[in-house]
Amino acid sequence: MLTPEERQEIEAEFPRYPHKQAVCLDAMKIIQRHRGWVSDESLRDLGEILDMTAEELDGVATFYNLVFRRPVGRHVVLICDSVSCWIMGYEKLCQRLTSQLGVDLGGTTADKRFTILPIVCLGTCDHAPAMMVDNDLYRDVEADHIDDVLTNYK
Amino acid sequence: METPLTKNIPSNGNAPLDLKAYEKAGGYESLRKSLRMPPNAITELVTKSKLRGRGGAGFSTGMKWSFVPMGKDAPHPKYLVANADEMEPGTFKDRLLLEGDPHQLLEGMIAAAYAIQADIAYIFLRAEYKLAAERLGRAIAEAYERSYLGRNILGSSYSLEMYLHVSAGRYMCGEETGLLNALEGKRANPRSKPPFPPVSGLWGKPTIVQNVETLCNVPHIINNGPEWFIRLGLTADSGTKLYGASGKVKRPGLWELPMGTTIREILIEHAGGMRDGVKLRGLLPGGASTDFLTEQHLDVRMDFREVQKAGSRLGTGTMIVLDDHTCPVGMVWNLEHFFSQESCGWCTPCWSGLNWTERILRAMEEGRGQPQDLEKLEFQTKFNAPGHTFCALAPGAMEPLQSALKYFREDFEQHIREHRCPWK
Amino acid sequence: MSIAVPGNSVATIYIDDRGYKADPKQNLLHACLSLGFNLPYFCWHPALGSVGACRQCAVKQFKDEKDTHGRIVMACMTAAAEGTRISIQDPEAIAFRAAIIEGMMINHPHDCPVCDEGGHCHLQDMTVMTGHDYRRYAFQKRTFRNQYLGPLVNHEMNRCIQCYRCVRFYREYAGGRDFNVFGLRDQVYFGRQADGVLENEFSGNLVEVCPTGVFTDKTLKQHYTRKWDLQMAPSVCVHCGLGCNTTPGERYGRLRQIVTRYSREVNGYFLCDRGRYGYEFVNGEFRIRQARLTRDNHPRNITKAEVIERLAPLLAEGRQVIAIGSPRASLESNFLLRTLVGRERFYAGVSDDQFRLISTMIEILGGGPAHSPSLHEIELSDAVLILGEDITNVAPRMALSLRQSVRQEPMQIADKMHIPLWDDHAVRQPLQDAKGPLFIASPAATRLDDVATQTYRAAPDDVARLGLAIAHLLDDNAPSVPDLPSEAHTLAESIAQALKKAQRPLVISGPSCNNEAVIQAAANVARALCVIGQRAGLSFTMPECNSFGLGLIGAPPLSQAFKTVRDGAIDAIVIVENDLYRRAPVRSVDAFLSAAKDLIVLDHLLNPTAGRATLAIPAGTFAEADGTLVSSEGRAQRFYQVFVPEGDIQASWQWLRDVMAAEGREEGLAWEHIDDVIAAMAVAIPALAQVQQAAPGATFRIAGQKVPRQPERYSGRTAILANIDVHEPKPPIDPNTPFSFSMEGTHNQPPAALIPYFWSPGWNSIQATNFYQTEIAGPLRGGDPGVRLMDPTPDLQGKYFDQVPPAFAPSSDEWLIVPLYHIFGSEELSLSAPAVAELAPQPYLALNEKDAKRLRVQAGEQVTIQLDGMAHSLPAQIKAELPLGIAGLPVGLPGLARFSLPIRSVVEREITSPHTS
Ligand SMILES: Cc1cc2nc3c(=O)[nH]c(=O)nc-3n(C[C@H](O)[C@H](O)[C@H](O)COP(=O)(O)O)c2cc1C
Ligand code: SF4
Ligand code: FES
Repeated sequence: MLTPEERQEIEAEFPRYPHKQAVCLDAMKIIQRHRGWVSDESLRDLGEILDMTAEELDGVATFYNLVFRRPVGRHVVLICDSVSCWIMGYEKLCQRLTSQLGVDLGGTTADKRFTILPIVCLGTCDHAPAMMVDNDLYRDVEADHIDDVLTNYK
Repeated sequence: METPLTKNIPSNGNAPLDLKAYEKAGGYESLRKSLRMPPNAITELVTKSKLRGRGGAGFSTGMKWSFVPMGKDAPHPKYLVANADEMEPGTFKDRLLLEGDPHQLLEGMIAAAYAIQADIAYIFLRAEYKLAAERLGRAIAEAYERSYLGRNILGSSYSLEMYLHVSAGRYMCGEETGLLNALEGKRANPRSKPPFPPVSGLWGKPTIVQNVETLCNVPHIINNGPEWFIRLGLTADSGTKLYGASGKVKRPGLWELPMGTTIREILIEHAGGMRDGVKLRGLLPGGASTDFLTEQHLDVRMDFREVQKAGSRLGTGTMIVLDDHTCPVGMVWNLEHFFSQESCGWCTPCWSGLNWTERILRAMEEGRGQPQDLEKLEFQTKFNAPGHTFCALAPGAMEPLQSALKYFREDFEQHIREHRCPWK
Repeated sequence: MSIAVPGNSVATIYIDDRGYKADPKQNLLHACLSLGFNLPYFCWHPALGSVGACRQCAVKQFKDEKDTHGRIVMACMTAAAEGTRISIQDPEAIAFRAAIIEGMMINHPHDCPVCDEGGHCHLQDMTVMTGHDYRRYAFQKRTFRNQYLGPLVNHEMNRCIQCYRCVRFYREYAGGRDFNVFGLRDQVYFGRQADGVLENEFSGNLVEVCPTGVFTDKTLKQHYTRKWDLQMAPSVCVHCGLGCNTTPGERYGRLRQIVTRYSREVNGYFLCDRGRYGYEFVNGEFRIRQARLTRDNHPRNITKAEVIERLAPLLAEGRQVIAIGSPRASLESNFLLRTLVGRERFYAGVSDDQFRLISTMIEILGGGPAHSPSLHEIELSDAVLILGEDITNVAPRMALSLRQSVRQEPMQIADKMHIPLWDDHAVRQPLQDAKGPLFIASPAATRLDDVATQTYRAAPDDVARLGLAIAHLLDDNAPSVPDLPSEAHTLAESIAQALKKAQRPLVISGPSCNNEAVIQAAANVARALCVIGQRAGLSFTMPECNSFGLGLIGAPPLSQAFKTVRDGAIDAIVIVENDLYRRAPVRSVDAFLSAAKDLIVLDHLLNPTAGRATLAIPAGTFAEADGTLVSSEGRAQRFYQVFVPEGDIQASWQWLRDVMAAEGREEGLAWEHIDDVIAAMAVAIPALAQVQQAAPGATFRIAGQKVPRQPERYSGRTAILANIDVHEPKPPIDPNTPFSFSMEGTHNQPPAALIPYFWSPGWNSIQATNFYQTEIAGPLRGGDPGVRLMDPTPDLQGKYFDQVPPAFAPSSDEWLIVPLYHIFGSEELSLSAPAVAELAPQPYLALNEKDAKRLRVQAGEQVTIQLDGMAHSLPAQIKAELPLGIAGLPVGLPGLARFSLPIRSVVEREITSPHTS
């Protein structure tokens, strides 16, 4: 069951588009904002509001990068693996990050604190390498900074 | 030197001008002017200005608008979409405009929307641009308050609704028809063309999709006239351009310069040349999907025609610099990894060819390259040539590869010969 | 794709420097294939149009004669415009096409030896055609988990080549919503969100639409045989009245599968799942395989000779014998039965209601001005009114045509924008969800409601009243309907408007509501349209595969037979292919069957009627017999024996002929072959005179040779019986038809009615159909098979039906129980196919929500109704859309087959006792 709050937020999106189904990506992100990810069950619940089948929603969900169909940690670390960051030391950064947290890219730490995911170019190439934690962008990141960055997230 | 696009952008990264300050700096003047003109006069103005799209393809903006059905019988609602998906690796120009001067984009959008008599405008923003989302949201609200948006804008008979749409992440969302599908809540596969979006776009209705930087030029063209705009450019192309440089240069960054500025000027003067201890080996002049240029091309002017003549594309105008301490094969692998990950899976050469390409390059980097690999890679560049695929993603992906095979062939051969990456 | 395109201009196009004629409204792939070129493709499908995804159909296009460079284009995405110059043979184009296959194959498991698609696989064919034969990809393949999709379709995703045909068919063509494409790049997945039974009634077409082995026939899997090892013959589906053309395949005496036999006018490229999967009753354990004589409750098997020996005296002239024919038996079998006992003693074997309704429908089609359209014409209709029918569950394949018909009107938008109509996704852009007019008036919801402009839920009488009101609005001379509620009136007005505006309006009705007024109302609407100058179509569904044919033979209904036995002593009753317990109340049937000392039943399955026979005779099914059926369109179509069954099974008409011959009757001796029977029938029954033209006779030869039922590569002939004898068994002789039971004969293309299977050099899959058509998706060469027996009377002077039933008034203590139909479950024979049976619902009683509340029952709780004086207990189902006072009962399910609905009954909540389960 979607919470009344989620429903309200989803319904608030309706007037922005001429068709209800156009809201589906926004709606999945709303659910994700509340629950961290989109489960099969919430997919079905959402389908009822939008007159969409689970197939229709999942066909969309699985196309996009930032709809999480599996549980993630409390904080999501997105590390840019595109070309400028790669030139500027992505590999070192990534190694440090994964060894620090003890999980590979795509993994979630045992304490569910972090999930690390690779991300395409964050559009801040003049300050490479870059990464994001939740909504926060970190630029010119050096491997040695990682500790400091991560301590901000409990 | 005039820098109309960035003149209001605080260089220290501070918050952008709020509406009041923006108005004080002459903001929304073009809108008042526009509303007094017939819509097609604006389209004519923009056509005359020779403004070409800044999203990569360089199509004439005015001409695109002229394809939109106008008049009483035109289908409605019509749509205008600002393409703020900026996901091409190495590209970071629209971010500056979005974060630094959101009202400028809004003003350009409203004028463009008026020109094509659009009823609804969307800003299609990539999800990672959190700050831009916040600032655009605020700007839109402010604009509504001052009747720059909504019903009967500034008392005229023209009405426009504007919404910010935050995407969920895919490079294909930047491709204009993929974008339309994404905005409709569908998979961002490209659409069959024709019909082109100006005739049948969002929900089958006439739609103009325009890059952020393109739109930001519009208010200035309306304010200062097409001749002024043409004069801004140094070559056949008009206006200014946001040029950028990333990689191991002394001062990576972004600069508004006259269209047609040379690579040398951008690289040496503005980016400060290469970092100490490294040498230039090549550069992608306009983002990940453009061909490598090398030292011999430093005097090429960065406009649509000249870069093409040199064997590459202006693309987004943001160059990625390869130095001699970085493995060209690794760099191309990284690029092809990106493209193969982002293939939408619709057409065969793309989904299968990019995957194969990426695997070969990875194998090479990991010391498992085979003598026949170069032939296979070359084959892929032909296989995924323009016209062979459904959209421009895969041909774009082939550009850095084909030129790398030309300019850095010895590096590829060395990888294969030595069964290792010499930079590791 | 089939769209009504007016005007047919011709363009000259140049292929490898030679000029050819082509249709400029088509694309180059369509043109090349129509001209017989071998141009490979995947994502394009003649019924689905072009989307340009696979890039397999690449050719080189040149600007003009001087252009030597040219550029690669996709043939399917390029118009065959005047002067177009292309090369198929261009080396770059050839290399590109090979590269596409190579690309597709990088992930393919290369598991042809264990793949069910092998031997009729489009991917295999195209791989060979493009010459890709050497693997260069040296990395790991991607792998997927497969899904359970129900009993009909098997899923093997690793074989996928990402052509998107499946999802386009399932969602965009068939309207299914529980299937989709997931993921992206080279990891695209086609299936459901989670394991589960595919809900769409046309899911079986995935098996043919998918060009590789991702979706295969799950029933075939249980008795797998390669296409080249199947013995095949043209056949006609027996599971509803539409007469879809099928190709059944047999090996070792078992029917292995059914695939679509293309016919432009009838079923095109598709079948419904009932038609595709119902065949397994033929192999079933309930078959009567040997004649069975029962004396003093002791049954014993007897031989064919003994059957004839015993029957001849039983049925000899002078004995009191009556016979019951069947709407699911061939014309020939019914006709022979009639001949055997004499016209006065031959009964149709249907209920009074059915008899009346079918006679009325036939009269209307023959005497009225409206044309009975083929399914193809239905697909091209641009405004449709359905009165009283749940098409998907009654005449399933028609529902697929109707789903396309709603695109006809909106398609004009695309046409105006000069978007070529074959450019499928381009066309869909400006169309969006626009749907042309389709109105459905019926008591319960239907599976087509999702594409309907408007639906009207009402009692059968009210459905009729709506129809009559529409007719009156179209033509004042049609009777008016008093006291029509304003809502219904408004609806009638908008329907009348839509029909009036249309180019090709269509009215559909049928006997499903068991209400003559509904049929008459449909006739009035169609007539009114014709009167105001419209070219209107009128289509009636028919309950069974030969209801129309039996109606044309014209015999009294079952009740008359019952009366006959009550009126006088009868020696013997002969029943052909009919389970009377599905037609009349148990008590009447019991009484009837006991009225004669000898009860002779010829049938396929040991059903309750056959169970009571003193002599049960094994009658050949459609796969074991030759015969003719008349479809609801009024088209007589021949089906051919696919294989010679074990034992004494033969066509009913052959049994009856043999008996007559043994009696020494002239007919029995003279009517040696089916052609003789048909010729005699043409004389005896003028309405059936044209049946002779349905197909070539037994003497037809191509270059002096017969048409082989077995493909050229049929293997292992000498090994089939190797455990007994390694000598090649002598193939059975077929004196009845131009076919041989062997691979000997000519493999040249036979006439349309005699295509045993589609095959063309290099084209082993069903896509070989391309080479049998006058042009792609056009009629089969020489014209589609079958002959239409009925044409409308152009005369507009005829009368309207003028009976207007009173409006339905719900009563406080009784419900009107209307029949509900199920594609899986309501039809007798397919219900004996395990896969179909698995999908059939359990009996239930459907109630409106308010009615349920009033009765204080919830979904699943038992309710009792009274039928034929007996109480029946059923679980309640809530169907919100049912009108108040109306309850629905599924028909045809075991235990519920025999009731004639609608009926009025009390409905009571059952007091739960510990015994009810
Ligand atoms: C794969 C692909 C990705 C693209 N991404 C973007 C993008 O992120 N932003 C953008 O403005 N244009 C992008 N484009 C170009 C757009 O398709 C389109 O040409 C552009 O938005 C039109 O605007 P313009 O004429 O103002 O440049 C992309 C094109 C392709 C083929
Ligand atoms: S499953 Fe079959 S039809 Fe669907 S994309 Fe794959 S190969 Fe094509
Ligand atoms: S058949 Fe032409 S692109 Fe697929």
